[in-house]
Amino acid sequence: MTRQGETDFRTRLQHWLPKVVLSPSLAMVLVFVYGFILFTIYLSFTDSRILPSYGWVGLENYSKLWRLSHWTTSLTNLGIYAFLYITICTALGLALAIFLDQKIRGEGALRPIYLYPMALSFIVTGTAWKWFLDPGIGIEHTMHLWGWESFRFGWIKDRDFAIYTLVIAAVWQTSGFVMAMFLAGLRGIDSEIMKAAQIDGASNFNLYRRIVIPLLRPAFLSAFVILAHLAIKSYDLVIALTGGGPGRATELPATFMYSYTFTRNQMGIGASSAVIMLMTIAAIMVPYLYAELRERK
Amino acid sequence: MMSAAQTQSVRTGHVTRMFIYLFLLLSALFYLLPFFIMLTNSVKPLGEITGGNMMSLPEVFTLEPWKAAWSSAQVGVEPTGLRPYFWNSIRMVVPAVFISTILGALNGYVLTKWRFRFDTILFGLMLFSCFIPFQIVLIPMARILGILGLAGSTYGLILVHVVYGIGFSTLYFRNYYAAFPTELVRAAQIDGARFFQIFRRIMLPSSGPIIVVCVIWQFTNIWNDFLFGASFASGSGAPMTVALNNLVQSSTGVKEYNVHFAGAILAALPTLLVYIVAGRYFVRGLMAGSVKG
Repeated sequence: MTRQGETDFRTRLQHWLPKVVLSPSLAMVLVFVYGFILFTIYLSFTDSRILPSYGWVGLENYSKLWRLSHWTTSLTNLGIYAFLYITICTALGLALAIFLDQKIRGEGALRPIYLYPMALSFIVTGTAWKWFLDPGIGIEHTMHLWGWESFRFGWIKDRDFAIYTLVIAAVWQTSGFVMAMFLAGLRGIDSEIMKAAQIDGASNFNLYRRIVIPLLRPAFLSAFVILAHLAIKSYDLVIALTGGGPGRATELPATFMYSYTFTRNQMGIGASSAVIMLMTIAAIMVPYLYAELRERK
Repeated sequence: MMSAAQTQSVRTGHVTRMFIYLFLLLSALFYLLPFFIMLTNSVKPLGEITGGNMMSLPEVFTLEPWKAAWSSAQVGVEPTGLRPYFWNSIRMVVPAVFISTILGALNGYVLTKWRFRFDTILFGLMLFSCFIPFQIVLIPMARILGILGLAGSTYGLILVHVVYGIGFSTLYFRNYYAAFPTELVRAAQIDGARFFQIFRRIMLPSSGPIIVVCVIWQFTNIWNDFLFGASFASGSGAPMTVALNNLVQSSTGVKEYNVHFAGAILAALPTLLVYIVAGRYFVRGLMAGSVKG
């Protein structure tokens, strides 16, 4: 009798085991990701300042947020930065991938050089970039020492141009990654299609414009999604390079959220800005992940 | 990969090829430049930096900045150098990588070989967690760490990195195990093998490559993290990236650029070594994290 019960228990245990094994991770994700998201959304409707407090204020934080020039400036900055970053990274990544795909001698040595910035924190490489871009000691100074006295490159200290220095450094960091994505796409193209087009007399330029680049559509989509979400999350870069300055010239939503929540003690407003960041990323990622997961079935 | 590259190459003229090589080499210089600047200036005496040219090689070679960055530079209030923070990072990274990889392997195994209703939705929920802007969890996380008494400690950061690392590690193992023949698992089941036996004897022995990919990815990400470190452990429990930032941004005294650069390279060294030794796997992880499916 007991034996029977024991086997029963063991079979049942085996039946439940997979779910039991999955449940700690699932619980962690549900609490620490989705629970926390709900909590932050809730806080964005409260009068929280230094600490969370639970006085309901409705949409007040959001209306305050949109009236803050600090916030609209960070959004405008993000718009400029994200647009240039995505465009230039894609163009440079594509160019590098296409050129590397021409039976290049030393491809094996070049590829890791293009990609290594992805392995380093921007807090690390930012020290070099900050210095390089600084007019007093960086490239401007070097050019003067080399005899080009009229050379000027003071973007990082200039309110109107500082945002472009973020673009330069960010492109430097991720374009190699985009190159790798496009290269994988190129290597996946059926060589018969290329041969057929060449036999038909298509020029190299047309071959790429009409046939190869359209075939890379999935890689373009992935690159766009990844770059867009990286742009919205950019934080280390700003901290290491400009700290948001000069003035607010390089303030982005990520730095706005941090300073309002933790240094200016306006947690309600900080939370509402985080909610808007999440919504923006969700609008890009959710359809993409949904399509990817459905395709697999 | 090699054969594909050879068959589909396009006929190009001499001028075009020259242009292509020039473009590729100039790009390589662009990518190498910041690291070159850090490296050469980290072995110069300070006078040679402030009075000289950042592009020139050192006239006097010195390792003093490296020694200072490691053991005597002013980080925050204490002249401890980066050494204690380096060990903080190690103490944080090792358990966090270990735990998140094991959990990822188990999750991937369950989600592909023991499928049940709504498993794709659960996976989708985990996957989305990789991409959220972490600002959305900072406030409640700070509260919870405070309540658990883990604020400012390495243990708190381990918890944070395990939680937000699960999404990616699960993704890696799930995609890898999806290609693993389910018949083998079913056959072992009929032979009486149980859940964990199948995992240990059949799945794990063939998981070498994906374990490497996952460990490298998690290691790089967690080592390089700044946002969580700065939010939850900015004092003596700070990880290397936060300490480096404190060193570089400190406004007191003379700016010792050479020490900053040496410190930056010290902070980069672990991930850089991993990249040099196992770059292939790093790229694979990068790609698997972007082109899902």
